[in-house]
Amino acid sequence: MDAKVLLTVRDIDFAIRGHAILQSVSLHVARGQIVTLIGPNGAGKSTLVRIVLGLRRPSAGHVELLSGARLGYMPQRLVLDPTLPLTVQRFVTLGTPAPRARVQALLAEVGAAQVIDSPVQAISGGELQRVLLARALLREPDLLVLDEPIQGVDLTGQYELYDLISNLRRQRGCGILMVSHELHLVMATTDQVVCLNRHVCCSGHPDHVARDPAYLALFGLDGARRLAIYHHQHNHHHDLHGTVVTDDKPHG
Amino acid sequence: MDDFLLRALLGGLGVALATGPLGTFIVWRRMAYFGDTLAHSGLLGVVLGVVLGINPELGVVSTCLLVALVLVLLQRQRGLATDTLLGILAHTTLSLGMVTLAFMETLRIDLVSYLFGDILAVSRADLYWIWGGATLALAALALLWRPLLAATVHEELAQVEGVPVFAVRLAFMLLIAIVIAVAMKVIGILLITSLLIIPAATARRFAGSPEGMALLASVIGCLAVGAGLAASLYWDTPAGPSVVVAASTLFGLSALLSGRVRPDR
Repeated sequence: MDAKVLLTVRDIDFAIRGHAILQSVSLHVARGQIVTLIGPNGAGKSTLVRIVLGLRRPSAGHVELLSGARLGYMPQRLVLDPTLPLTVQRFVTLGTPAPRARVQALLAEVGAAQVIDSPVQAISGGELQRVLLARALLREPDLLVLDEPIQGVDLTGQYELYDLISNLRRQRGCGILMVSHELHLVMATTDQVVCLNRHVCCSGHPDHVARDPAYLALFGLDGARRLAIYHHQHNHHHDLHGTVVTDDKPHG
Repeated sequence: MDDFLLRALLGGLGVALATGPLGTFIVWRRMAYFGDTLAHSGLLGVVLGVVLGINPELGVVSTCLLVALVLVLLQRQRGLATDTLLGILAHTTLSLGMVTLAFMETLRIDLVSYLFGDILAVSRADLYWIWGGATLALAALALLWRPLLAATVHEELAQVEGVPVFAVRLAFMLLIAIVIAVAMKVIGILLITSLLIIPAATARRFAGSPEGMALLASVIGCLAVGAGLAASLYWDTPAGPSVVVAASTLFGLSALLSGRVRPDR
């Protein structure tokens, strides 16, 4: 187990002008493992992600990435000026030059092959998330960091994206650190949940966290009830027409 | 063709070639007001350059850089919105330039020519400056192109992918400062931003790639310089403003044309 640990976050503090954002946060991500950060708005999830990525320097504590491990990052949002003429193919290769065939194959893997020549501003929210994922995958990452990967995606698309992420982990064996708003959506996908509200409230297997008093206190019974409703649904999903699909392959 | 006209044309073309591609980045990064602010500080740069005994162009480049750094520092305070800070800096530096100028009794500077440009008075020495500066700016932009484009699309993503975004941003500011110093004589402090923005905005409607847009912006800028100078010759209008009006006319025509050919999404 220890040999496969990709990322260790140890006792991270982060404060802005004396105002504590994160206190004594620790977690680790192993190869082939999906760790999900959940927590309310303002809990410091995105800040923690930025510290892991090296975009912010923690006030105390440290982040260790297995030496030689490559990072892939999928940001929460992409706001592109409408005057910038950029196709998806160019966008994916902005940071890492790659031949068209490779981009085509990656886009097919995430189910967005049809948009390769579209302007980035013209594709849908769901397609954009897949394109961002393809750009992260182009770097052959050992650790994928996904900040709210389902933003701007409808509910059906959200389950498909999580299935896709889950498959990626299985096929590529990379570790995944992911931020999500709600536990019920990621129940089926994630191996470990870290419930964050400036400090780690509770962490562990999703079933365990869902029953944890600290989780219930944070999200209330309402969140817990929704969890009960959604929990059994992860063995199928719905296609675009709402028909139940029982296989576990993602649909493009 | 008269000698002074040829020099004016060469000077204008040199400026337009550089402002085109640089202007596309200013448009993409929504930095129009930033460019304007740096340009406003140009007059202070000229005066300081003369006072300190270095030449005016170097004075402009260093003053622009100083203003850019002050802006970065003020932004860190997060007290005021960036456009408010830019407004303060733009008008403070312009006024400081004029006040300092008034103190220099021995210094004779034609204020209007600095504010609106005096393209018809471009000398042979100016041409060396313009073409040297433009070539330098374009070569540096070509080297900087890939990281700058990546940082423009998403700064944090670019940083994770290994782009030194802070250094790239500083280098980009330096390029803007150089181009302002180069363009000042031709188009004037108050009008420089127009040559950065208008050709780029016009090119957008016909470009399919970032590089295509940059190239097209240069071509459109050159057309505007040619048309503006010709108009100024026929109707005896001020040359710098005529170039800007020509650029705006091209922008208007392109809007009409593309509206008919291909309705925007």
